[in-house]
Amino acid sequence: MSTIPQQRRLLRSAMPLGLGLVLGVGLLLFCLMASVGLGVADISPQTVYQALTAFDGSTDQLIIRTVRVPRSITALLVGGAVAVAGAMMQGLTRNPLADPGILGINAGAALAVVGSVFWLGTTSLSVYAGFALLGAAIAAVTVYALGSLGKGGLTPLNLTIAGAAFQVFVSSVTMGILILSQRTLAEIRFWLAGSVAGRDLDLVVQVLPYLVVGMVIALIMGKQLTTLSLGEDIAQGLGQKTAWIKVTAAVSIILLAGGSVAIAGPIGFVGLIVPHIVRFGVGVDYRWILPYSAILGAILLLVADIGARLIIQPQELPVGLVMPLLGAPFFIYLTRWQVRR
Amino acid sequence: MITETSTYALTTRKLTLAYEGKVVIESLDLAIPTGKITILVGPNGCGKSTLLKGLGRLLKPIQGVVYLGSESIAKLSTKVIAQRLGLLPQGPTAPEGLTVKDLVSQGRYPHQGWLQQWSKEDEKQVNWALSITQMQEFAHLALDNLSGGQRQRAWIAMTLAQDTEILLLDEPTTYLDLAHQMEILDLLYDLNQQQQRTIVMVLHDLNQACRYGDHLVAVKAGTIYDQGHPTQVMTAKMVQEVFDLESRIVSDPVAGTPLCIPIGRKGGMTSVVSCLNV
Repeated sequence: MSTIPQQRRLLRSAMPLGLGLVLGVGLLLFCLMASVGLGVADISPQTVYQALTAFDGSTDQLIIRTVRVPRSITALLVGGAVAVAGAMMQGLTRNPLADPGILGINAGAALAVVGSVFWLGTTSLSVYAGFALLGAAIAAVTVYALGSLGKGGLTPLNLTIAGAAFQVFVSSVTMGILILSQRTLAEIRFWLAGSVAGRDLDLVVQVLPYLVVGMVIALIMGKQLTTLSLGEDIAQGLGQKTAWIKVTAAVSIILLAGGSVAIAGPIGFVGLIVPHIVRFGVGVDYRWILPYSAILGAILLLVADIGARLIIQPQELPVGLVMPLLGAPFFIYLTRWQVRR
Repeated sequence: MITETSTYALTTRKLTLAYEGKVVIESLDLAIPTGKITILVGPNGCGKSTLLKGLGRLLKPIQGVVYLGSESIAKLSTKVIAQRLGLLPQGPTAPEGLTVKDLVSQGRYPHQGWLQQWSKEDEKQVNWALSITQMQEFAHLALDNLSGGQRQRAWIAMTLAQDTEILLLDEPTTYLDLAHQMEILDLLYDLNQQQQRTIVMVLHDLNQACRYGDHLVAVKAGTIYDQGHPTQVMTAKMVQEVFDLESRIVSDPVAGTPLCIPIGRKGGMTSVVSCLNV
């Protein structure tokens, strides 16, 4: 019992948190380079470098510029955004199981996109973004309201049950639409599995403002979130305007989760795992948890996507299917040992 | 009104509070004397915790006003209130891994702005709160590694670091053994005696309430049954009518304050009574 906090303290004192953040950015850049360099097509580091500095139009260079670079940037942005959304959700709800996937935010965004393709015939990826944000917002409000209705109010258990029920319901509607409409299925099948491959940089650029605004809000709110994590009564007693903080945090979560789904489809478990790993190293202060989550989330998704490319060569898997392989065992660990009512 | 502001730290006028859609406190007038220990007693569900939340602006009144000094609490910013009034709800829980120092430092929240850094004054207040609660040696330990009594002292230290003239505490001794209960009550008593802080708390133990309270408020079904000095309020009639319990009130052999002996079904045996008369 007593060894874990002690380890935590040792970790903390051994490495100043600011320095760790710099090292994290270094590791992230390394992973980014690895992601651009590694793949089914064997391309030399030299060609990679030239593709970025002196583009000559060769096939290899074309792969780097139009496939690998957009894919890597997508993984970086989505991984960071989803991890921060997860950390915010866990702090806001005081629920260790909170994650945009488990609480149905991703499913809500996905249904909104699938629905827009089915009913409105949306074809452009950029229109997806708006629908994804709308779906994420509706899902967040619905799950929050459903969770509050349960006995004892918004306990971790009530919220998780509400999220799971909503997620199953919404996913079955999504499935129903896809079965009814082959056309819809063909258009977004790959997107729905959660993938960072084949993303147009134009789309990424269109969604980028949402992610940036969401991320800036999140990072500014670190101090407030730490206070709120002591419980709403305590935070109010200390003079925090908790209603404001919650609404602002929710806006940030919706921008980050909805924006991520718009680009990459629903990618689960990053938002769940990353904040827990980060907490183990940096403690309970969200001023540190949030930036560390952003960096570690980006690293995790980049690495998982490299794995998705290399596991069953020459075929590729969507990274959204690889993440649960890591995430599911971790989820069981959390429910078994960490969750208290 | 003006004369009352110096004598009363908190006043309510026709205060009506609801909890989960149900009216719990109705049209209640109450005055909390400045610099004294006021203790709210009453049976479960009588509304004493709700009343404490109302006094601490955690619950918005349906009707009526709470005055902090002479000002309506609804018109003050929540941060300004937090600089003057600290409160500790019942059974607070901290995130796993939070250290005592981290927790106590949160007490400085109302004294900081969005950009303002940790000041010397903040550090001084936190160290003072840690030392007066005797938590210095545990400052760098996680709360989940401490005993219930130590944990409660850490939460009280957080409220003290807030540096407020008024403290509201909801059952600060719950779940503690008798020795730790006395330890917490003695600490609060010292704070009141040495620094004239106004303390309002909910207690379940009537005898502790009589021992430590200057002002006792007996709450029954959302209204005040009686209030005043414990020797006036603590009567067998009050216990009968508020708690629906037959009892005998004797003098506490240690402090001389009223001591309530419940009779119950097994009571009334001559051995118990004669024992007390000795």
